[in-house]
Amino acid sequence: MEQTINIIPIQYYMLLCTLLFVIGVAGVLIKRNALVIFMSIEIMLNSVNLLLVAFSVYHNDPAGQIFVFFVMIVAAAEVAVGLALVVMVYRHTHSIDIDFLNKLKW
Amino acid sequence: MMTILLILFPIFGSALVMFSGSDKNVRRNALIIASIEFALSLVVLSEFKNTGLPELSVSIPWIKGAGVNFHFAMDGISLLLVLLTTFLFTIIILASSTVQSRRLNLFYGLILIMETALIGVFTSQDGIIFYIFWELALIPAYFITSLWGGTDRIRITFKFFIYTITGSLLMLGGLIWLYLHTPDPHSAEFLALYKVATTQNNQFWLFAVFFLAFAIKIPIIPFHTWQPDTYTEAPAAGSMILAGIMLKMGIYGIIRLLLPLCQSALAALQNGIIIMIVAGIIYASIIALRQNDLKRFIAWVSIAHVGLISAGALSLNQIALNGAIIQMISHGINVVGLFIVIDIIQTRFKTRDMRELGGIAKSIPSLGIIFMIILLGTIALPLTSGFVGEFMLLNGLFRYNAWISVFAGTTVIFSAVYMLGMYQRVMLGGASTELPIEQKRLSLNELIALISLIIMILWIGCFPNFILNLAGPAVQTILNYIQ
Amino acid sequence: MMNIVWLIPLFPLLGFLIAGLNVRRISVVISGWVASAMILLSFILSLLVFLKLAGGAPSETIRLFDWIKSGDLNIPFEFLIDPLSSIMMLIITGVGLLIHIYSIGYMHGDEGFNKFFAYMNLFIFFMLLLVMGGSYMVMFIGWEGVGLCSYLLIGFWNRNHENNNAAKKAFIMNRIGDLGFLLGMFLIFTTFGSLSYSIVFAKASVLSPGTIVITIITLLLFAGATGKSAQIPLLTWLPDAMAGPTPVSALIHAATMVTAGIYMVARSNILYALSPVSMSVVTTVGLTTALLAAVIALFQNDIKKVLAYSTISQLGLMFLGLGVGAFAGAMFHLLTHAFFKALLFLAAGVIIHALDGEQDIRKMGGLQKKLPWTYFIFLTGALTISGIPPFAGFFSKDEILAAAFSKSPVLWISGIIVSIMTSFYIFRLFWLTFKGSFRGTSINSNDIHEGPRLMIIPVLILAIFSALGAVPLVLNGIENNSLAEFLNPVFKTTAGILQKGSALSTGTNSALMIITFIFMVLSIYISYVVFFKREKVPAGDASQRMGFIKAAYNKFYIDEIYETLIVKPVSGLSGFLQNKIDFKIFDRIVESIGRLVMSAGSKIRLLQTGNVGFYLFAIVICIIMVLVFNLFK
Repeated sequence: MEQTINIIPIQYYMLLCTLLFVIGVAGVLIKRNALVIFMSIEIMLNSVNLLLVAFSVYHNDPAGQIFVFFVMIVAAAEVAVGLALVVMVYRHTHSIDIDFLNKLKW
Repeated sequence: MMTILLILFPIFGSALVMFSGSDKNVRRNALIIASIEFALSLVVLSEFKNTGLPELSVSIPWIKGAGVNFHFAMDGISLLLVLLTTFLFTIIILASSTVQSRRLNLFYGLILIMETALIGVFTSQDGIIFYIFWELALIPAYFITSLWGGTDRIRITFKFFIYTITGSLLMLGGLIWLYLHTPDPHSAEFLALYKVATTQNNQFWLFAVFFLAFAIKIPIIPFHTWQPDTYTEAPAAGSMILAGIMLKMGIYGIIRLLLPLCQSALAALQNGIIIMIVAGIIYASIIALRQNDLKRFIAWVSIAHVGLISAGALSLNQIALNGAIIQMISHGINVVGLFIVIDIIQTRFKTRDMRELGGIAKSIPSLGIIFMIILLGTIALPLTSGFVGEFMLLNGLFRYNAWISVFAGTTVIFSAVYMLGMYQRVMLGGASTELPIEQKRLSLNELIALISLIIMILWIGCFPNFILNLAGPAVQTILNYIQ
Repeated sequence: MMNIVWLIPLFPLLGFLIAGLNVRRISVVISGWVASAMILLSFILSLLVFLKLAGGAPSETIRLFDWIKSGDLNIPFEFLIDPLSSIMMLIITGVGLLIHIYSIGYMHGDEGFNKFFAYMNLFIFFMLLLVMGGSYMVMFIGWEGVGLCSYLLIGFWNRNHENNNAAKKAFIMNRIGDLGFLLGMFLIFTTFGSLSYSIVFAKASVLSPGTIVITIITLLLFAGATGKSAQIPLLTWLPDAMAGPTPVSALIHAATMVTAGIYMVARSNILYALSPVSMSVVTTVGLTTALLAAVIALFQNDIKKVLAYSTISQLGLMFLGLGVGAFAGAMFHLLTHAFFKALLFLAAGVIIHALDGEQDIRKMGGLQKKLPWTYFIFLTGALTISGIPPFAGFFSKDEILAAAFSKSPVLWISGIIVSIMTSFYIFRLFWLTFKGSFRGTSINSNDIHEGPRLMIIPVLILAIFSALGAVPLVLNGIENNSLAEFLNPVFKTTAGILQKGSALSTGTNSALMIITFIFMVLSIYISYVVFFKREKVPAGDASQRMGFIKAAYNKFYIDEIYETLIVKPVSGLSGFLQNKIDFKIFDRIVESIGRLVMSAGSKIRLLQTGNVGFYLFAIVICIIMVLVFNLFK
């Protein structure tokens, strides 16, 4: 098992994760739809997860994989709260465009 | 164990008080709890051996990894201040019981929490615990003033709170810095903190943060601007606690922390600081001359008097330090007495303005006599408590520097001028408002409270050795840390 | 005997408590008698102590308990019983007793009767502490305590704010002096390591004269004496103190308390003898005060004010005596002054009592027929104060003047001028009060009656003492009178230090006496011509006065000068400090820190646009910045 994964050099993982992360960041910055921003955040989180797993195997240290579980749990909780918020926002404004949400200022 | 009991008893008592139904029960229970607490402190006194080192020590680990312990113990200075606290709280609760106000259960509950906090401050032997109780004392003080205070209470209390907490946070920074410089494993025990080696530069920073914290609390001019307003706006019991005991926290802090921690900085700054304080004494005395509001007047008088105490404590002279301790006790007793008298005047005449008062000695004769005796204590007439302290403070300052003592000594003259002027305006002259007959006499509670204070004033004045014996070894220990 | 001397001050304290705690209960007359009985007991004990000392018993220090003990500061509560304190105890309890009895009559019917006796007993208690104290500290307890009693008794009728102001002024002026005393004590303590007389004097006596520390100590102590004994510059409180009841003026402001300064200097005679500078300061201040007060007394019209200025002047004379080294002479004059001044005040009290509170001599006159006893008594007092032999004042004054002459004839001449003025103003008072016709308006002259027997008898006893009291003392000659012999142990060391110049020869002394006597008689004769023959009555308050007389009539504007130089500036400063410095500087700095935070907040919050996209962008930018920062660190 270790051998099969180790066939792929760690650099590839890093490259992939960076790519995914940048996609996520770009999504967060560019998109105006709250749901899409959410998905972009998930991409960022999961890119980090992937990297953690990869390093965990590479170093033969299970701690990284345990971290991943934590991250997944937190992400799940975050999604639960975040989606609920988005639904509430939609009910009030009939839109999930974040540019509408500018009441909270000054 | 007694020490822990002493600290925890009032806070449990406060829970009892908060849930004890009618106002009458609340007052009675609060009084009972405060009296038991006083009795407890007397028991402690009887067990006390007065070796000069902290006794009756209790240490319970709190944050084990960080080396923070609930470590409480008492030396003579702590014990004296604890006795002062428990005694004065009993008196304050006794005397303020005539005040009609809302939500008495909360009021007395907060007062008892305050008592716990103050005793905690005076007994803790660990820097972090000291800080926690130091801040704990601020919370009830804030609520007492902001809920039951005068018309301008919100603004004033806010200022008071922010001002004092700024100082305290600086002190916390200093404590943490010292804590981090103790050898591994870190410890916040006072004894460990005393041993931290510091460079001259660090000393100045430490001195600045600690001095600021204590100077604001005491208050020392020019860090006093919260004080006259707060004393004026606070309810009677609040002013008594603030002036009688809470400001002693600052002086206690100077003696317990500032002197042993910042010796070399103190050596360099001592002259300047003492001159500043003495100038402040004269400044406050002169301003006190023109006050019309009785409480504001007492506030300024108090600034002048505690200024002398702090100057004496900072002079590092043994006599002056002992004098500072006896004067802390005496000032607490006197100032509480003055505030009780003012409270009596205010509830009967509905004003504190000296211009509207007069001739009270004729309408309430017993008050005239009692007020005169407390006043004599305040102006330091021999055979009253004020004299011993003032004599020792000035004597110690004289050894430190004769000229400083000369200027500080003008307080002897000023105090006579403003106190007698006040007495004349308020108590003497033609009778003012005619009082209903039942108000012409003092109530039993008021009489007991005031007479106990007077007994203390005369007793300390005639036989000060009891206090000096308690304070002596502890002061010597502190001086030994310094040399 | 000596181990129960603490009873002497205890009795008056007991009396104070009895009268004080029962202000409303004891029947009025009893409390007066109880108070007097307490003084009587003290007097008997003092007399026994005196007899014992006179019998040759040595002086004794009695240590009661440690009062303040802390580190190297050890102040015991101790008494020193020696000839000096014994004489003072006799004066205080003796004159005090007579005045207490007098007061029972004088204060009869006053609503504060019990309060009055409580205060009087408290005063005697503190005064006894002052003189019996075995250290400067115990003296200071009494010193401040009598100041308190003086305050309470001057302001006894406290409905009237004029009385209250006078009381306050007395206390404050005393306090100014007390600060000097206090600092003097500190310096004594740092120099000698103790405040007890026995140690201080023993250590001091080996010092060489002119030591600078001793000069400073004695000057500081003398500052205290100027306050208590109303000398320049702290003299203005004493005339105002006449606002109190007349027995108070007699006891406190003539016979006892104001002489505390004299006693203190006499007690510290060794220290003063070691400092020629201080001695000349004492001389100068005493003499100047004596002259100034005598001049003012010439032009006053209030009977008590004249006597008050006379007291100041006589005290000045005593300080002159101390300054020239005649300690025993000053004490002698203190003794006779206690008698004749108390006598004059009490006689004045009878007059005021009879005239229903009238104190202006312009509204008196012709009282000889109405008050025959008082007339006789007052005459005795006047003759004594003028120094007509064989009245007591003659001998004591002569002793001071003789000592002054041996120091410098200028001092003697000044002393003679003071004496001339003294006999002039006192007889001016006498003629205007008792001779001529009654000039009063508010009271019918038929309603004037002699005081009750309770008031007359004590005064009569005082009269006998001031008339003849000195005669038995001077049987062995004036220089070596019995009092001086008795006090010799106290002043022995000092006499050695001062090494008095050759004593005056008997011839010179007699010549001086005769010259003095002639001047006195002349002065009395002039006043007789002016105020009796020509029946001149001083002009009303509103009438024009010129130059010097105007200044003297207005007490040389000393009060006004203090008012403008000290009271007003301090009061102005107070407002300035509070309104300008405290509100405008200290408080403004604090408030502006708060305001700074607030205004910074109100600017910075504009960053909070509410645009979520902007927030996200800011987050990302910040993260990138952190990363970049870490990369290049």
